[in-house]
Amino acid sequence: MKTSPPGAQVAPGKPTLKSGAEIVVKTLLDLGVDTMFGYCGGVILPLFDKLFDAPIRFIVPRHEQGGCHMADGYARASGKVGVVVTTSGPGACNLVTGLATAMMDSVPLVAFTGQVRTELIGNDAFQEADTTGITRPVTKYNCLVKDVRDLERTVREAFHIASTGRPGPVVIDLPVDVEVAKCETGGPVALDLPGYRVRTKGHSRQIAMAAEAINKSEQPVLYVGGGVIAANASEALRALADKSNLPVTMTLMGLGTFDQTRPQSLDMLGMHGAAYANYAVQEADLLIAIGARFDDRVTGKLASFAPKAKVIHIDIDPASISKNVQVDIPVVGDAGQILEELTGLVEHRPRQAWFDKIAQWKQRYPLVYDRTTSTIKPQYVIDEVWRQTQGEATITTGVGQHQMWTSQFYRFKHPRQLITSGGLGTMGFGLPAAIGAQIARPEATVIDIDGDHSFNMTLTELSTAVEHKLPIKVCILNNGYMGMVRQWQELFYGRRYSKSYLSNPDYAAVAVALGAVGMTCDKKDDLPRTIEQMLAQTRPCVVDFRVEREENVWPMVPSGKSLDEMNGLDILERLI
Amino acid sequence: MKHIINALVENKPGVLAHVAGMFAARGFNIDSLVVGRTEDPNLSRMTIVVLGDDRVLEQVRKQLAKIIPVVKVQDYAGQALVTRNLMLITIAAGPEKRTELFAMIEMFRGHVVDIAQKSLMIEVSGPESKIEAFIDVCRPYGIKSVARTGTIAMPRQAKTEL
Repeated sequence: MKTSPPGAQVAPGKPTLKSGAEIVVKTLLDLGVDTMFGYCGGVILPLFDKLFDAPIRFIVPRHEQGGCHMADGYARASGKVGVVVTTSGPGACNLVTGLATAMMDSVPLVAFTGQVRTELIGNDAFQEADTTGITRPVTKYNCLVKDVRDLERTVREAFHIASTGRPGPVVIDLPVDVEVAKCETGGPVALDLPGYRVRTKGHSRQIAMAAEAINKSEQPVLYVGGGVIAANASEALRALADKSNLPVTMTLMGLGTFDQTRPQSLDMLGMHGAAYANYAVQEADLLIAIGARFDDRVTGKLASFAPKAKVIHIDIDPASISKNVQVDIPVVGDAGQILEELTGLVEHRPRQAWFDKIAQWKQRYPLVYDRTTSTIKPQYVIDEVWRQTQGEATITTGVGQHQMWTSQFYRFKHPRQLITSGGLGTMGFGLPAAIGAQIARPEATVIDIDGDHSFNMTLTELSTAVEHKLPIKVCILNNGYMGMVRQWQELFYGRRYSKSYLSNPDYAAVAVALGAVGMTCDKKDDLPRTIEQMLAQTRPCVVDFRVEREENVWPMVPSGKSLDEMNGLDILERLI
Repeated sequence: MKHIINALVENKPGVLAHVAGMFAARGFNIDSLVVGRTEDPNLSRMTIVVLGDDRVLEQVRKQLAKIIPVVKVQDYAGQALVTRNLMLITIAAGPEKRTELFAMIEMFRGHVVDIAQKSLMIEVSGPESKIEAFIDVCRPYGIKSVARTGTIAMPRQAKTEL
């Protein structure tokens, strides 16, 4: 890091001439940005030149997609806006998966992409791509800045849009001549967004109706999504659940909002959710959805989802209301504010019969795995990581079986503790997200629980972790398959394992070659000690756990079935 | 059911692509879409005719409103409206048929805007049903080409029809 931020000496209100690149850096500093991710290239050089001596920690990934996931992991772990910068054309195109990931999970990101000179736009110039056209469907907002005088306002608008309402990624496309062009700065800058209004205060009458419904309900379930984490409303949620005495189930994105070690927790619902969560939702007379969007992986067959329940839906995004499930009492606004108001209106109810019923389901269908095998069960790795970290680690994942087992066997206590690609399901998210999370929270133990094939997709970023001496840990649950694909092929495609396995490298050797610590664990007895050693590392550490190859995730609601039509319950019952 | 949606949007590049892209991505059916300037140079008005039931239309409205450069969205369903489409139509018609054609054009309050040896170009405006009706009566003469706009609409201010 260098000292003296450019522009720090400028007397307020006194106009000075600045280049576009200087304006971007100064505005970022004004907005409190101290960390960025990005990869240089031709047309973004003027901006990188101004970043050279800016007091901003800058992380260069090995691939722009990795940089975008790092900014995403940073944003999810810190609650701040993640910032990523790339060049035009391929640089911008490589952001697309990362932007779509952030969009689906409502993560605040601002991406700067270089663009060819304004007069070349549309001429198929070298490294030209229609970045705003390509990224429009995967961003909350994007724009091409053609006039340097619009630049400061646009950057401020981008941060405002990314971080307010339902958060999301914003792209600013920056032609190289605009980075170089100069204009007078220092005057007041007002946002100009006539079409962007965020309603934060919930309608009082709707909240009163919701409170009345909760007070009357005999069999309520709180169904909580990532919106509660985004709103920093986990405390407010706990207050409501405690005061009114409500059981809480969470979506994958919502894990961490409510301490899973508490008896009121029903853990995760949905396709690979806990049976007791799914049964409770199907039997509920009232479903209180907060910051969740009734995703198909959560609801199963829509027509028979929560068939007996009246539905309250609290969300900041009006378009989420009644999109999939018809809502009886919608409340649009900020989850924290609404929850506070709602908690003031609800009364304690014992609901003994309901909690007894839930306790029976919990007893009959716990989340379990076979501990008696001589092989390493993938669930055992997660269970042991959970035990040794006392459930306090920050966990990232790739996508697939290992992700679902993480949701089942790492019992989360705190918001922002699980960082995973829920909506888009982006394999390869785990490692770069772990890097971003570790940078955001240097004191935290950050562990990427990954699959072998997910890890393969972005493992080049291990170099980035080594370069920045980040003590992240990677646990590869290596079964030699695209595990979830293989499971579907086993169940629905007659065990024809079409193209769902690859030959993997020796991950420990790869890790060592890239400058990290590498370990292999293929004996069950070695596992606790291996995890102990892994947790003791101060350098990036990769452990290749050779787990049982054809383990399945249970329970499972097959696609298109109702939540109470779960497969695998018989298998789980035999294991108790 | 057909709904007429009126969206006031910022007059910025990319807004039309954003709106059209959203309709395509979410599988909403556009019957017609007309964009034009308004009394305010910073704003354009989009008049979009959409097919769908009430639930679909609720989503269309909300998803439109969510697009940041979209300033205001209204569904005109259930309101008394003036709706207009504009059509240019060229009909194969030599001098022998023109007298009868002129009478018909008069009835539809159309105008002849171009005459060639064997054809006429006519301008007609009105609600969609009138445009369709005019095309029907022209068909026997031989239609050479048709260009038409989608619907634009404005709610009536007075309670009584003029």
